[in-house]
This record gives sequence, C-alpha cells and structure tokens, in this order.
Amino acid sequence: MNPLSGYLLVAALLFAIGLAGALTRRNAILVLIGIELMLNAANLNLIAFWRYGPHPEALTGMMFAIFSIAVAAAEAAVGLGLVISIYRHAKTTDLDQMNRMKG
Amino acid sequence: MNPVFYILAALTVVGGLAAVLLKNLVHCALALTVAFAGLALLFLELDAQFAGFAQILVYIGAVAILVVFAILLTRGSDTPKKEIGVFSRTWFAGLVVAAAVFAVLAWAVLLSAGGLPHEAGVPVVTTQQIGQALMGRYVLPLEIVALLLTAATIGAVIVAMHEKEGAK
Repeated sequence: MNPLSGYLLVAALLFAIGLAGALTRRNAILVLIGIELMLNAANLNLIAFWRYGPHPEALTGMMFAIFSIAVAAAEAAVGLGLVISIYRHAKTTDLDQMNRMKG
Repeated sequence: MNPVFYILAALTVVGGLAAVLLKNLVHCALALTVAFAGLALLFLELDAQFAGFAQILVYIGAVAILVVFAILLTRGSDTPKKEIGVFSRTWFAGLVVAAAVFAVLAWAVLLSAGGLPHEAGVPVVTTQQIGQALMGRYVLPLEIVALLLTAATIGAVIVAMHEKEGAK
C-alpha cells in the first residue's frame, strides 16, 4: 500500500471515531474529547501531506499543523471553561438535559 | 509500509476508540492520552520532530490535564443512571453519520491512491529552520496566534470564574 494513503486512512478512521464520539455521547466533556480527536486527525493529514509532498523544505504543511495545534489548545481551554460554567449553573453536563437557552 | 506504522496506527485507533466508548470519564481521559501519544509517535515516524514534540507538550502536557481537571470539577455528573446509559437519545443517527463520513473519506483515499506521491526523500528540517521561518515568513500568523491564545485564556477564566452571591 502507498505509505501516504495508509496515513490518510488512519486519519480518516480517527476523524470518524471522533465524530461518532461527539455525536453519540451524552456528556459535554466527551463531546470535547471527540472534537480534539477530529482536530488531531486533521493534523495527521497535514503532516503526512507535508512529508510526502513535492516541497517539504518549504515547511508549509508543518507550519499549518503547528498553528492548528495552537488554535486547538485555545479551543480546548474555552470549551472546558464553558462546560465548567454550565455545570455550575445547571448542575449537570448531560447534553440531553440542556434543552433551553434561557438561564 | 513498515511494521512500526501498523503498531502506531493500531495504538492510536484503539486509544481513540477507548476514549469515546468507555463508561468511566477518567478512563476516557487516560485513553485520550494514549491516542495523543500514538499521534505524536506517528508525527515522529513522519520525520516531523518539531510537530511531534509540540504534540507531546501541548496535548499530553496541557490538554489532557485540562480534560482531567474539567472531569474532576464536574464530578457527580459522571455516574449516569443504569437505565439511561452514556449514549444520547440520537446515538444511532450519530453513528450512521460518522460511518458515512468514514466511508466517503476512505473511498476517496483509496480511489486516489494511484495518483498520490510515493516514497519521497527524507526531508531534513532542523528546529533552527522552523524558528527562522516562524520569525521571518510566518511572523504575522505567529503574532495573531499569540493574541488568540491570550484572548482565549482570559476568556476561559472569565467564563469559568465563580460568580459571587449578590454581585452584579
């Protein structure tokens, strides 16, 4: 098998696992974990394309992945802050019970 | 394809599966750490040393700890009643969507496998080159990311800050 398509398949599988976690779990923290898995799968794609692309010395894919890691860290901080805030308010992290916009 | 890739891929996928399937939230966080470690090793296998070590520092060092903190701070909600289970009411639709997404992605990858580039020479990229690129060509994105991280950190603290009783 082509080495690049192996990495792309692993990334696709990881993305699907993260999507399934984000769509099927009740707990808000597990949804965030699913989103982190999806972001990491995208990073794996970027690095694999950088490695097997025609101009790896240009560093574009690597830079994209590094910036993506930084943005994902910011996203995780804000997301978990929101989960803690809503837990303090509603005393639950069950997404099925969060069914109103009004506090 | 060398056996190292298969071992790392299996480690990563099993870690990811365990992270979304296990019942206990702390176990989920630990499995997530395994998946992150597998991804970091895959980055190293792809000769992306800087990204691999950044992955270890940022994800295993910071994000996983943050997830564990959030799980422990929202304790009491992590023991779901037996009759409800850990999956939401619409779990079947979510599973179908995820399976469809994987089917489309895998189909596209396998269809284009012939056109993908084969084994390329190992790129020699030193940390010095990355630093020079970050300070030269990518200095504006770097500053924007710094601003974003500051804003996100302050925003997260403000959102999660405890509101005092009677305070406005």
